[in-house]
Amino acid sequence: MFSFSIVTQWIDELLRQYLCSGAVLLVECLLVGILLLGAYAVFALILIYMERRVCAFMQCRLGPNRVGPFGIFQTVADMIKILLKELVHIDRADHLLFRLAAFFVLVASVGTFGALPFAKGLQAVDFNVGVFYLLAISSLGVVGILLAGWSSNSKYTIIGAMRSGAQLISYELSCGLSLLAIVVLSGTMQLSEIVELQADSWFIFQGHVPAVIAFFCYLIAGHAETNRGPFDLPEAESELTAGYHTEYSGIQFGFFYLAEYMNMFIVAAIAATMFLGGWMPLHIPGWEAFNHAMDYIPSAVWFLGKTFMCVFFALWVRWSFPRLRIDQLLKFEWKILMPICLINILLMAVCVAL
Amino acid sequence: MFRYIKEIVWGIYRLLQGMYISMLNMLRPKVTEKYPENRKTKVHFERFRGLLTMPHNAQNEHKCTACALCMMSCPNGTIRVVSKKVTDEATGKEKKVLDRYLYDIGSCTFCDLCTTACPQDAIAWTPFFEHTVYTRSKLVKQLNREGSTLEVKTKTE
Repeated sequence: MFSFSIVTQWIDELLRQYLCSGAVLLVECLLVGILLLGAYAVFALILIYMERRVCAFMQCRLGPNRVGPFGIFQTVADMIKILLKELVHIDRADHLLFRLAAFFVLVASVGTFGALPFAKGLQAVDFNVGVFYLLAISSLGVVGILLAGWSSNSKYTIIGAMRSGAQLISYELSCGLSLLAIVVLSGTMQLSEIVELQADSWFIFQGHVPAVIAFFCYLIAGHAETNRGPFDLPEAESELTAGYHTEYSGIQFGFFYLAEYMNMFIVAAIAATMFLGGWMPLHIPGWEAFNHAMDYIPSAVWFLGKTFMCVFFALWVRWSFPRLRIDQLLKFEWKILMPICLINILLMAVCVAL
Repeated sequence: MFRYIKEIVWGIYRLLQGMYISMLNMLRPKVTEKYPENRKTKVHFERFRGLLTMPHNAQNEHKCTACALCMMSCPNGTIRVVSKKVTDEATGKEKKVLDRYLYDIGSCTFCDLCTTACPQDAIAWTPFFEHTVYTRSKLVKQLNREGSTLEVKTKTE
């Protein structure tokens, strides 16, 4: 199977021929940063297009189909539009925090995006506490949302932000607990090792019933953390116009929009990495020819395929169910999802011990 | 405890039902019409009111007797029937004949009052709907053709 570490090592050696080690590090960091930000923007555009198409198809429409073949350049046109729009000056808003909030949300999702293993040998940073890092940095976004709500000086934004805070803090628990079940199974928090351990069969198959339960719990909790779908009451448009980003315009709104879609991608990518084997091809023990054939499909295709499958699941859920009330939302988390996750960890521990 | 588990299972069942229905919708053929591409094959439903026309037969004859009932029934003054007096050479009598039938689509609300008022069935709707022009004066259309005459009714008794 092709490993991207060949490419990265080649670039590293090439740079070392001409530059000193400090400059090499600087150039490599810049390269990784530019690549990640580029990939971030491209994935966001793909996701927005996908969302609009899937939503349209579920409502018996066609969706964007005018700009380019099948409308694939619609989101590019939208991006140019949003870049050219005016940034509306908000009177009596806390301007420093107002500007900062959009970056907080964006930085949180870029930080998570950077630590994902995209393909074999294609991972920017490989922490030994990878899972912990992902959970920690992805929940930094709630700070940005609370700041946005507070600094906008508007009742809609503050209600939206408070709801979002309550929601994210509660669903973070289920999210962490369901990932913990996989950490119990794998015995490591390093993402590269987690992927390597799934070489024989993915964790969702290795972990029997508890892994399946954890997978669905993670999908639900992660979906709630992205403030989407039936859990989108921080931006419930019928009551709060647009929730915490009501007062934002132009590219600042674009940042929130981008971060929302990328959070969806990140949740799907974490689910794919932790449960569906990341970039690891589908291997069935004993079927040597089948395993060998599967190895010919590039690892990046495996990763993106699994991720977009999870993204499709999220879209499917979003366009199927009506929005919850805040008490229903919190009841669902504290009375149903979290107990299930806790029992599930116990089950997983029993499974691992046996 | 039993009720709690029952509630969860029942809830999952209902959620799956909803997801099944949205998946059915996704796989269903779409109702959206791709307009400029399908304008050749576009089929309108029978009663679609696009443009008021005056049907002419092969001899360039219409049925309008210039009675102006349509002009009087029109709430917007969209229709103007201009008639002229022509003396019949055989009998020497003066007769009212349609000169110009002017229809201003710019003020038409497609209410169908004119065609219901017409006793001769001289005017009818066609499904043509691409009315966009660059000047307002082009919206006023003359419905009777040049040199057209009244269709002579043959008595069938």
